[in-house]
This record gives sequence, C-alpha cells and structure tokens, in this order.
Amino acid sequence: MLRTFCLVITLLMSVFSASAYSDEFETLVQQLPHKNLRNITPVLTQIAEQDNEQVRFVLTEALNGDLYYLKSNKQVVSIRKTSSGDYTATQIIGGQVLQNQSKSDMKKIKTSNSIRSEIRGLLAQIDLTHKNKNVRLGAVKQILDDPSDDSINLIKARLTQEEDADVVELIETAIAVNQLKNADDETKLATVEQLKQSLEPAVRNAMVAQINRLNEIDASELSATQKQLKNELNKAIESIKQQRSVYEFIENLFFGLSLGSVLLLAAIGLAITFGVMGVINMAHGEMIMLGAYTTYVIQQMFPQWIDYSLFIAIPAAFLVSGFVGILIERGVIRFLKGRPLETLLATFGISLILQQLVRSVFSPLNRTVAAPEWMSGSWQINPIFSITFNRLYIVIFALTVFFALLAFMKRSSLGLHVRAVAQNREMARALSVRSDRVDAITFGLGSGIAGIAGVVLSQLTNVGPNLGQSYIIDSFLVVVFGGVGNLWGTLVAAMSLGTINKFLEPVTGSVLATIIVLVGLVLFIQKRPKGLFPQKGRAAE
Amino acid sequence: MKLKKLIAASSIVASSLVSSMAMAADTIKVGVLHSLSGTMAISETTLKDTVLMMIEEQNKAGGLLGKKLEPVVVDPASNWPLFAEKTRELLSKEKVDVIFGCWTSVSRKSVLPVVEELNGLLFYPVQYEGEESSKNVFYTGAAPNQQAIPAVDYLMNDIGAQRWVLLGTDYVYPRTTNKILEAYLKAKGVAEKDIMINYTPFGHSDWQSIVSDVKKFGSAGKKTAVVSTINGDANVPFYKELGNQGISAEDIPVVAFSVGEEELSGFDTSPLVGHLAAWNYFQSVETEENEAFIAQWKKFIGDDKRVTNDPMEATYIGFKMWAKAVEKAGTTKVDAVEKAMIGITVPNLTGGTAVMNANHHLSKPVLIGEIQDNGQLEVVWETAGTVIGDAWSDFLPSSKNLIADWTAPVNCGNFDIKTAKCSGQNF
Repeated sequence: MLRTFCLVITLLMSVFSASAYSDEFETLVQQLPHKNLRNITPVLTQIAEQDNEQVRFVLTEALNGDLYYLKSNKQVVSIRKTSSGDYTATQIIGGQVLQNQSKSDMKKIKTSNSIRSEIRGLLAQIDLTHKNKNVRLGAVKQILDDPSDDSINLIKARLTQEEDADVVELIETAIAVNQLKNADDETKLATVEQLKQSLEPAVRNAMVAQINRLNEIDASELSATQKQLKNELNKAIESIKQQRSVYEFIENLFFGLSLGSVLLLAAIGLAITFGVMGVINMAHGEMIMLGAYTTYVIQQMFPQWIDYSLFIAIPAAFLVSGFVGILIERGVIRFLKGRPLETLLATFGISLILQQLVRSVFSPLNRTVAAPEWMSGSWQINPIFSITFNRLYIVIFALTVFFALLAFMKRSSLGLHVRAVAQNREMARALSVRSDRVDAITFGLGSGIAGIAGVVLSQLTNVGPNLGQSYIIDSFLVVVFGGVGNLWGTLVAAMSLGTINKFLEPVTGSVLATIIVLVGLVLFIQKRPKGLFPQKGRAAE
Repeated sequence: MKLKKLIAASSIVASSLVSSMAMAADTIKVGVLHSLSGTMAISETTLKDTVLMMIEEQNKAGGLLGKKLEPVVVDPASNWPLFAEKTRELLSKEKVDVIFGCWTSVSRKSVLPVVEELNGLLFYPVQYEGEESSKNVFYTGAAPNQQAIPAVDYLMNDIGAQRWVLLGTDYVYPRTTNKILEAYLKAKGVAEKDIMINYTPFGHSDWQSIVSDVKKFGSAGKKTAVVSTINGDANVPFYKELGNQGISAEDIPVVAFSVGEEELSGFDTSPLVGHLAAWNYFQSVETEENEAFIAQWKKFIGDDKRVTNDPMEATYIGFKMWAKAVEKAGTTKVDAVEKAMIGITVPNLTGGTAVMNANHHLSKPVLIGEIQDNGQLEVVWETAGTVIGDAWSDFLPSSKNLIADWTAPVNCGNFDIKTAKCSGQNF
C-alpha cells in the first residue's frame, strides 16, 4: 500500500517537473491559434529557441501545413490523413491521439511563403546537429544560400565537432563566402583561392558582387592587393563559367534525349503499324490516350498502392490498347487493305469515336494521375547540375522497350512472320504464313506499345480526351523522318529531333524552335523522300 | 369518335400555342453565349450554369418589371467566327434584351462588331488584357490593373522580388499583359537584364529547358519571381516540372492569372502548394454572401464537390447589376439600361461593394492567394479598398493618353486627353 502511494507521488512529481520545464513551450504553442499571418513569425521564432524535443516536430509540421487546431477547444494538433479519408489528430501538448477527425472540426494554422522560409531558416539552425548527414547538409546549404550573423556563428561552432567530410567542406565554403563578403582584402584574396573550384551559385554571386565593387573604384585608386584580387576574381569567375557551360551542354543533351525518348515511345508503335504494315492509323494517338486512362483507372482501383501502380499499369495498358487495336484491325482495317485514303478516313473516324467515348465515360475534364514517390524529385549531381528522376527513368524505359521490340522482331518466329508478310505478302502466304493472323497480331502489338507510351505520358502531361492528338503528328514525323519500316531509323530520328529541338530552344524560344524543326524536316524529306534509313532492295518497291 | 379526338387534340395544341405566345410577350429574354462544346467548354459551361441559376433565382423573386426572365442558350462551340454568327442570331432572330457571354479575348473581339452594329448589350465576365471599351459591352472581369499590376506590387514589396520571369502562352492576352508588366517593371526601376520573357505554344508539355532556365535565372543571388500567364492545360506539366527540379514556392514563387479553383480541381495539387494566384474572388473567403452563393451553386448543380471561381462572381455581379439597372430604367431598352448601369452598386461576394464606372469597368478588390493542398486558395494579401478598372493601360505608350468615359460630355470609349479627340472604335 505504502509502496503504491510512493509510486503515485513520484509519478505525480515527475509529471509536474516535466510540465514546469516545458511550460513556456506550451504557452507559446497555445498562442498559435490566436495569431494570423502578420504576427505568427515572432511566436515561431520563440518556439525555435525553446529547449524541448518537440520543437523540431512543431516547426516541421507547420512547414508541411499539417499543424491545425481544434475549433472546439483551440488545442493545437498535428494531423495525418488515414486510408479511410478522415484524419488522425495528435495533440502537440499532452500527446493525446484523436481518431476519426473531420477537417471541418479543425482549422489550419496558416503560413505563407515568407513565413515558411523563416521556418526553414529556424529549422536549419536546429538541424545542424541532426544525426542524419543529409539533413545536416541541407541545413548548411540553407545557411549558405541565406546567411545571417547568427547562423554563420553557429556553423563556425559546428565545424569543430563535425566529422563528415562533405558537411565540413560545405561549412568551409559557407564561411569562406561570408569572408569574401565581409573580410579585408588580404583575407579575400586567400578565400578566392579556396573557392575557385566550388560550383555553388552562392560562391559565384559573391564573386560577381566583389568584382562589381572593385569595378566601381577608379583603376588608379586600386591598391596592389585590390588589383591582384580583381585579377584572381576574374580568373576564378572565368573558370566557373567554363565549367558551367560544359554542364549546360550536358544538361541540354539530356533534355534532348529525354524529349527524344518520349517521341520514341509515342512513335515506336506507329513504326510497327505504319512502318511495317503500311497502315495509316490516325487512331494511334487514341491508343496512347487509352493507356493513360488505364493508368488512371488502376490508380483509382488501388489508391493505397500509388507507388507500385505503374508496374501494374504497364501490362494492363498494353493489354487494353492491344485488344482495342486488334478489334480495330479485325473490325475495320482488314476490309480496307490497299486503300490508304479510306483507311485514313476510317481510322480518323475511330479516333473521334474513342475520344467522345472517353469524354462520356470519364467527363471532358482532365483526370489527375498521381506520380509515385520514386518518380518525383531529382538527382543532384553537383550544385548546378541535376537530373530529374522521372526523365531518367523514362529514357531508360524507352530504350528497354525499343530493344525488347527489336529482339522480338529479329529473334522470334512471330517476328520473322511479321517481317515476311511486310516484305511480300503473297510469297509469305505461299510459305504457309497465316497473313491475316499476323496482321491482327502486328496491329495489336503496335497499339499495345502505344498504350505503354500512354502510361509514361500520364506522368508528364495532362490525362484528358485530347492527349492523343498532341502526339499523333509528332509520331508520324518521327517515323517518316527515320525511314518507313526501319526501327533503328525511328530511334535515331526520335533522338535527333529531340536533341535538335532542345538545343534550338534556349536560342530561339520554343515556338520558333518547333517551326525551325518542321521546316528543316520538310526540306529534308524533299531531298530524301524515304527518310534517314530508306529500305533497300526489292521489298522497298 | 375519331373526330372528337381530333378536335380535342387540336384544341389542346391551339391553347398551348396561345399560352406560349402569351408567355413570349410577357418575358424578358436573356441570351447566354458560352461554348458548351470544344476546348473552352470546360470553363464556359460553368458560366452558362451560373447565368441559369441567377435567372432561376430572379424568377423566384418575381422576375423583373413584373415579367419572367427567359434564358436563350446557344452554343458557339469554341469557334470564334461562330460567336459572331450566334450573336447575330440572338439579337436579330431571338431579339434578346441582354447577352451574358464569351470567355477568350478572341471570341469577344469577334462578337464586338455585331453587338455594336445591332446595338445589343453584352456582359463579359472574364479577366482580360484591357485596351478596349465599347458602349455596348460591360466588362465585369478584371482589367490588368486589377490583377496583374497588384500581383507584381505584392511580389515586389512583400516578397522582395528583384528579378522577374514573365512566362506566357503565345496569344493576345499574355502578350499584351506582359507588355504592360514589362513597361511597369521598367518604370519601377527594374533593369532590362533582370526581366526574362518567354512564350510557349498552346498545350506545351515539355518544360525541362524553360524551368531549368528559370532556375539558373533565379540563382543569381537576387529574389526571383515568376509571373505566369500560361493558359489551361500547359500548367500541369509546368508545375510538375517545377516540383521535380526542386523549385519550391519559397525559392521562386509563381503567381498565375489563369489558375483558379476550377482549373485546380483537375490537378494533382501537391507540387503547386504555396504558389500564388491573383483574382478578385476566392471561394475560401468567409463572408455571409459568399457562403450563401456557394450553397446555392452546389444545390443548383446538384454536386457537393463543385467549386466556385472568379468569373462566376463576375457573372453574378454583372447579372445583379443588369437587373438593378433594368429596374432603375423601368425598361429593357439597351440605351436606357446602358445609361442606368453607370453608378450601379452590388455587394461583392468577398465583402465591400462593386461599382460600375463610366468606363464600363468595375471597381473591385484584388486578392492574392496561396494554393493549398485541397485545391483552394487562401488569401495572403489584399488591396486596402477597391481598385477602379482601367480600360486603357497607363503603362503602354500607345494608350497612356486614352480614357474611356460613357457619360456626357465625353461619351467615348477611347478619348485622347491630349488632343481631346475621340478616335472612334478600333478593334
């Protein structure tokens, strides 16, 4: 009995001491619901100064917009969406968890861009001692880009304890940039030497600011140190500029290849139906669209698996578009063999029907297709060069699809039949190839690949009834430019059109770039009507 | 027996004919000229429904001048020349008393000669590039000084932006707006090298290079802001690319003039959170009028998820003003209503009152909102009072001496205050 009593007393005491300890933190947090955009920043700054393990959590929640308060009792909570659509609210003070909350019972603690960048600055100072290296790097980067006297002193203090080489290097850069701004000319000269290799934009900006300062002073009044500093600065800026232009070139090349991959994916299905079979399929764009809508449907069916949805969507889109393709071939195109004009008109009609169908089923509004976590963000290779993950994966994926298709056409017996029928239908039939079946399968294959392209495009652009129309012209261009009936030609054509476009764009603007590419293409076709890699031999006739 | 039936049937037909003729004589016809098909249908259908809702409400309250209102809905199908034909049909065949319609500037320009020739009355509810004022048109959307200029002021004074990227789709509204903004920024002392202007085709989807350029432009140590007049569909890939290249709204805020609640409902808003939009109305503003309007709209359309937006408020204000003017004039005759319109006031849904000025533009408050993850916009800044819509921009050399004033003695849409001459309409 006595024992229990003692236990209760100690428990009570510990609760009391804890509450006294974080009293100010609690008062500050309780003030948040009463503040508006104009006067919330001082409270947040004070919260950041408190010695409480929840400080970082509160600031992060405010930054992410998950900090709310309950309308009933003004308790500050952080909220999480549950899979059933309602919210779980956790009280910041007391830690009580409230299940099944609706957003209408809560009000957001509002922040704006300027408040959020304040919070980022506050968090950076806290995060300098975080145990994760990348968080520390981010914090130092934040201070480098937006330094204050306080934060510079903080990182100076941190430098003595920091063990990770990357973080140390970045801290040294940040301190050096600060010196370049504020120290005497002798020290500046030494820092220029130290910073010469850094590609951080902050470094270049500090250097440019120094050059501008020196340029304002009359040349005759410059001291010897200043002259030398000016010289060194000019050299350093020049070398940074050269490195930047190299990376800019690589960046443009990558942009070109990624645009090329999108074109390749959109055109490769057409390279089969138009290139190999010779069918002008105006509904090709709609096969792409169907693929994109398949992705949407898959995401709607499995909302909890957004991250894996693409892996399900790729085969599903292939099957859906492929199946529709076979239907079109069996139902319409085979009756129009050898009548290109009628085929063109009929498939154009089909494309309108499919668009309207999608409009009626899914509404004319664009549908939202979410991007999986692993497709977002970018791979920062150095401070001035990064590659976005979605584009990188798309390049890899497009090449994979291309080589898989190439292998299928060259190595499999079905591929052999397809090529045989394409070259000489009568002869192939004489050798017991069932040309009708081959036609249907080829058309299904081409359409299915268009469907896969749709999955990829759903990650890049709007999923709406008009999606296909924006790609049909480009697809025909690529196939014709590359040489009809030649898969390698399609690859080369797509990549070169993409790259030319992207290298022209910074110079001419995107409107003119498109026009120049089109005019160039027309001239090229005039000169070589059969494209880059024309088919040779009797089959070409 | 057969004969009896025939007589009965014919008498029913006759009576219904008579009653419908009586109806026709007793109604005020309201023309609705919004695209219900084609590319603009997404935006314009909503406005058609708004007008129908307002008419229904007015009829419940007893109509106007003791008569019921009768909507005449036509579909110009996003086809600009068809807008002119449908206007002619509405005015000469249907003999409507007023038209609510148009969205794009090119459709308004196509309608303009027809309403002037046949002396019709058009209410235009969308933000536009200005540089126009017609006797027969009332502009209830924002002029550039009620949207673009305050947005730039906000970025300059509150966010501290010093470098500017003006991105737009390649057509008349972005080009004129950017011309005005460029002149304005230069007048504010922004250097040529601190302004970057870029145009893209309709539906542009590959934003890699442009976003990367913006990033480089913004890494020069000065705070950079993007002013976007990018239209419609192209916004989704643009904001996605911004998110992927790691540009957040805190680093480089983007303020858009064509992105509102309706557009956001088709987006995955997560990459957009924190970016800005400038309008005269947001659904999130909490006033009694607005809550009633939202409730009325959701009930009328029968869908709890539908949102309201700025052009809807402009339609609402335009309709209310027209109804008040008709009552004031005691007739629906265009000339009388046009005179009565000037000076009419209607409460804004966001508080305060809208006034119709002598230049046929409204005085309205300007709001800047940040995009939230639920597709709504939260106000972060607003003008102290209302801003008078300026038909002719003061920042373009060609129009800085022009004013519009449809009251005596000026009575002109483009009056040159230097030469004291009215140059007549030029469209």
